[in-house]
Amino acid sequence: MAQDGIGAAMKRKEDLRFLTGKGTYVDDINRPGQAWAAFVRSPHAHARIVAVRTEAARKAPGVVAVLTGADLAADKVGILPAGWLIHSKDGSPMVEPGHPALVADKVRHVGDQVAVVVAETRDQAREAAGLVEVEYQELAAAVTVTQAVAPGAPLVHDQAKANTCYDWHLGDKAATDAAFAKAAKVVTLDLVNNRLIPNAMEPRAAIGEFDRATGDLTLWTTSQNPHLIRLLLAAFTLGVPEHKLRVVAPDVGGGFGSKIFHYAEDFTVLWAARKIGRPVKWTNTRSEAFQSDAHGRDHVTHVELALDKDGKFLGLRERTLANMGAYLSQFAPSVPTYLHSTLLAGCYTTPAIYAEVRAVFTNTVPVDAYRGAGRPEASYLLERIVDVAAREMGIDRVEIRRRNFIQPSQFPYQTPVALQYDSGDYGATLDEALKRSDWAGFEKRRAEARGRGKLRGIGISTYVEACGIAPSAVVGALGGRVGLWESAHVRVHPTGTVTLFTGTHSHGQSHETTFAQLIAEKLGIPFDNVEVVHGDTAKSAFAMGTYGSRSLAVGGSAIVQAVDKIVAKGRKIAAHLLEAGEGDVEFRDGKFTVKGTDRSKSFGEVALTAYIPHNYPAGLEPGLEEGAVYDPKNFTFPAGCHVCEVEVDPDTGTVQVVGFTAVDDVGIVINPMIVEGQVHGGVTQGIGQALLEEALYDDTSGQLLSGSFLGYNMPRAADVPSFRVGTKVTACTHNPLGVKGVGEVGAIGSPPAVINAVCDAIGVRHLDMPATPERVWRALRTARKA
Amino acid sequence: MPAISLKLNGRSVTAEVEARTLLVELLRERLGLTGTHVGCDTSQCGACTVHVDGRSVKSCTMLAVEADGREVTTIEGLAAADGTLSPVQAAFREHHGLQCGFCTPGMVMSATELVRRNPGAGEREIREWLEGNLCRCTGYHNIVKAVQAAAQTGRG
Amino acid sequence: MQNFGFQKPRDLAAAVAAAKKAPEGKYLGGGQSLLPVMKLGLAAPSELIALSGLAELKGVRVEGKELVIGAGTTHAEVAASAEVKKAIPALADLAGHIGDPQVRNRGTLGGSLAHDDPSADYPAAVLALGATVVTDRRRIAADAFFQGMFQTALAPDEVITAVRFPLPEKAAYAKFPHPASKFALVGVFVARGAGGVRVAVTGAGPSVHRSAPLEKALAARFAPEALAGVAVPAGGLQNDPFGSAEYRAHLVAVMARRAVAACG
Ligand SMILES: Cc1cc2nc3c(=O)[nH]c(=O)nc-3n(C[C@H](O)[C@H](O)[C@H](O)COP(=O)(O)OP(=O)(O)OC[C@H]3O[C@@H](n4cnc5c(N)ncnc54)[C@H](O)[C@@H]3O)c2cc1C
Ligand code: FES
Ligand code: FES
Repeated sequence: MAQDGIGAAMKRKEDLRFLTGKGTYVDDINRPGQAWAAFVRSPHAHARIVAVRTEAARKAPGVVAVLTGADLAADKVGILPAGWLIHSKDGSPMVEPGHPALVADKVRHVGDQVAVVVAETRDQAREAAGLVEVEYQELAAAVTVTQAVAPGAPLVHDQAKANTCYDWHLGDKAATDAAFAKAAKVVTLDLVNNRLIPNAMEPRAAIGEFDRATGDLTLWTTSQNPHLIRLLLAAFTLGVPEHKLRVVAPDVGGGFGSKIFHYAEDFTVLWAARKIGRPVKWTNTRSEAFQSDAHGRDHVTHVELALDKDGKFLGLRERTLANMGAYLSQFAPSVPTYLHSTLLAGCYTTPAIYAEVRAVFTNTVPVDAYRGAGRPEASYLLERIVDVAAREMGIDRVEIRRRNFIQPSQFPYQTPVALQYDSGDYGATLDEALKRSDWAGFEKRRAEARGRGKLRGIGISTYVEACGIAPSAVVGALGGRVGLWESAHVRVHPTGTVTLFTGTHSHGQSHETTFAQLIAEKLGIPFDNVEVVHGDTAKSAFAMGTYGSRSLAVGGSAIVQAVDKIVAKGRKIAAHLLEAGEGDVEFRDGKFTVKGTDRSKSFGEVALTAYIPHNYPAGLEPGLEEGAVYDPKNFTFPAGCHVCEVEVDPDTGTVQVVGFTAVDDVGIVINPMIVEGQVHGGVTQGIGQALLEEALYDDTSGQLLSGSFLGYNMPRAADVPSFRVGTKVTACTHNPLGVKGVGEVGAIGSPPAVINAVCDAIGVRHLDMPATPERVWRALRTARKA
Repeated sequence: MPAISLKLNGRSVTAEVEARTLLVELLRERLGLTGTHVGCDTSQCGACTVHVDGRSVKSCTMLAVEADGREVTTIEGLAAADGTLSPVQAAFREHHGLQCGFCTPGMVMSATELVRRNPGAGEREIREWLEGNLCRCTGYHNIVKAVQAAAQTGRG
Repeated sequence: MQNFGFQKPRDLAAAVAAAKKAPEGKYLGGGQSLLPVMKLGLAAPSELIALSGLAELKGVRVEGKELVIGAGTTHAEVAASAEVKKAIPALADLAGHIGDPQVRNRGTLGGSLAHDDPSADYPAAVLALGATVVTDRRRIAADAFFQGMFQTALAPDEVITAVRFPLPEKAAYAKFPHPASKFALVGVFVARGAGGVRVAVTGAGPSVHRSAPLEKALAARFAPEALAGVAVPAGGLQNDPFGSAEYRAHLVAVMARRAVAACG
């Protein structure tokens, strides 16, 4: 291992600029002559637009333009598409209503965009937006999924009967029915996976610019995948030639999924900029973000587990209503299906599984991928029902999991729900987590807490998830409308320093550091000699971006391929310089050496020769720059075990997490410091989901009750403990680095561990998330009465 | 428009501002100091935290005119002139107390006041002090470690 | 935020004179309630008259059997004041748990009382301690000061200059924070002093109020056990997704018990 290569806890390259206030986020950018945009948003969940009167706004000071849904329709642009097509059980395609960037006919959620005002200053734009008069005819709203599927429910889209987008299934129904028929025990559970609001700390922002002279368009936007945004703008929403459009996502302040998608505002600033011939800037307010950033989760699920008399799982059934919100956001259709039900085997050998998922439109903000996207919903229902089964069969919670684990010898393991796991050792992460959390010593701590009047509980979850969704052909067969490969270009400069152009995007993930370590290791050059460029379609080649914990597994693999090409070409040059056969030259520690001799050329010498090719192999192109594209052969399957310990105040119902241990197998670790940081962040979001966070709608009016940080409970420093985090490694077998992905494991493994701990503490069978003090207090009171 | 003068990161600055201009707007939009961020509109996230006369305040919840005659320090003014990071900044780097960096300027400014006022602060005190600073990335673990390490040096 | 005129008077008389001339104007204390409200467009005063330059609103001192705190004193100053910690430690403790450090560095006692948020902490202390609110023109007893949700006895141009807290024999505050805003979902301040036992409840209802059943039980015996079985009626309490009236009523009893226990 090089000192600064794979496995080293290198300090981050990103830090210096962020710590000194020198980061460049979109809102930090101002363009000459720029005007500001402000949106007019619907105050109603569901209403017909009778008239939009813009005269007063147009006359307001500083106003440059007021654009409405009618203008959009006249231009025949701005319909945001879905990126994944799901087919229902009966083979019919999902109902796919387009999502207009500005609506003209009816609004479908509080916050729906109706018009945009462009003015000289931000204040002027916001003030004039308040002067746009929209006359609405209010309609009854379908707010929850249960309401939306009830007979006679108001229709969000006329073409979606019973508000159903699709009614999908996966697995072998007959085999599962047979498994249940012979079961010694069937356990059932109804649960809700609560709706969340991602709330990356940086609000979304965008600047559109149009150059009249060249016809070039530029969009600066807070995106996790600028190339995808460019593709969608070019091919679908704006209809401009892709090569005339540049999308830049500079420093981005967190995403967690919510900045994957092509939003109405991205399109609108660019469209408006072209219309008025000036740059147009927009920055979301947090209050608007609550009503316009895609939300996450929101499943209502019934699950059943069939077991034999020894607690072996025989079959699993899931029936879920998944909330899509008012429109289909890009990845939304895939989240409760291929990113969710495919994970229902979990770590277990359950032979028969059948899932039915009905996706439902409601009068709420669109729901899409949020950290974990579908897998937290899967791990939650599984790890909850496993605990309930253990409780009802009188089997120890750890033991029932062990009895059902897929064993290391069984890999590659084909699950009954499409996925084939390549590697893992679930017993190893479990053992390590039990040790680190002192599981064995828990009862002593429980007794001690009782002495202090506190109810202490411990919970466990053993999960597996799927990252780096791939390969492209399979994804396409399942309805994905994009490829899911990744690109990398490695440019070696004449002096031997390197610039990497990656298609992934870093908004907290530390790619500038991790990728530099990777290249430093592979090329044997100092870490400081590598610069990573990302986030600009004018710089990096087309690629897919960052989500689904794919950047290292897919993007990193592309880097390895490109570096391998560099080394191969370098070997040719070195062999020529060393007057040796190419096969006799080996590359190690930054040197090309003739095997068995001390004759060598450094990487720098070879690079220089490539650019000053005076003494150079005949027929070889000068220069040293290589690109590669990596299309994975399979998903990767991170897995692990989380153990949570809580104390409940029986007087108030307050739950405090007093200990949290996460032992994850994320494959080979490049930078342990960064890996641990990702786990801390993910676990905290998971604790947030389990105890604190909930997007609450008034189920009659469709108003968002938790529409700001005053009502939406974000995890704060005092809400979480210091974590015990560790890793166990089984390498991924099908990518060149053996890496699996770490971005989401924390948010996937933790919610069930927390709820299992709360249920253990207060002795109840089940409690829905978030386990707020009042909910816990009520559960305790009911339990006491019983 | 009212004219104000203040000492900003050690330098005297005068500006004419509208009464409604918030301190953060003066910093970001008029003076180009974009290190101070805006993460909410309800005075809760702390991304905008700066020091006024050595105390941390939310610059989104203070009028620029109220900074008249005061000493204001932002994240840009924390490192030494030669670029040496302040003890808190250095500790954040050492302990990986930041990921996307968006909450970081506010976190660092807030933590700096704590470290200066309460050297040797323990984990509980640090977590409670950070009540007004939201971070969505780090889970706070490494922020707390960083602040604890800086607190032990006894210098902000 | 709509624009407004701004003045920073140097003395109290000038401040009141300025307010009299601006009927749509407002005083500005630390701005920790007023500015958030203005930013959300829920208030749009024509004029802000800053109180930060007024020496008359500064200072913490004990005068006889009273602790006197200037209305311009910030929450952080009260929390850190040796004077307050000695005279009424519960008050320093309460101030140290308002909002977060940055709010405490700006927000003032006078602003908190004038704003009279139904979930604010200070009103509970003022009411339970039977304090007197001193203004530029009169003295108002706590029982007469708070008049309902965001409603006080203050005239529009009246400035709170100080609050006089009678020194209690015993006093403590217990707060159950709102899960998201961290204001008091329920806060109970108990005090025993010359005026007997007083219990003030904030957060739970539409405004800060005294609790007759709790006061009665504690007057009989000032001990946590005295509250066992005392039912706090849920009628009239706030009922929202962050806490039902029933839960709030329960919490009032729990917080009262804890406050009494903390009195030692
Ligand atoms: C994030 C956050 C969290 C908070 N958490 C809490 C909490 O947990 N508990 C809590 O109690 N409060 C909390 N607050 C509110 C805070 O305590 C405010 O500081 C306080 O309510 C107002 O004081 P101020 O000096 O800032 O007044 P301002 O905001 O300046 O003024 C408020 C009102 O009082 C008037 N006013 C101000 N001073 C005077 C005076 N001397 N005489 C007459 N009128 C005056 C103003 O005209 C205005 O109407 C929080 C605030 C924020 C932003
Ligand atoms: S911007 Fe959120 S507190 Fe100031
Ligand atoms: S580092 Fe991203 S919000 Fe804190």
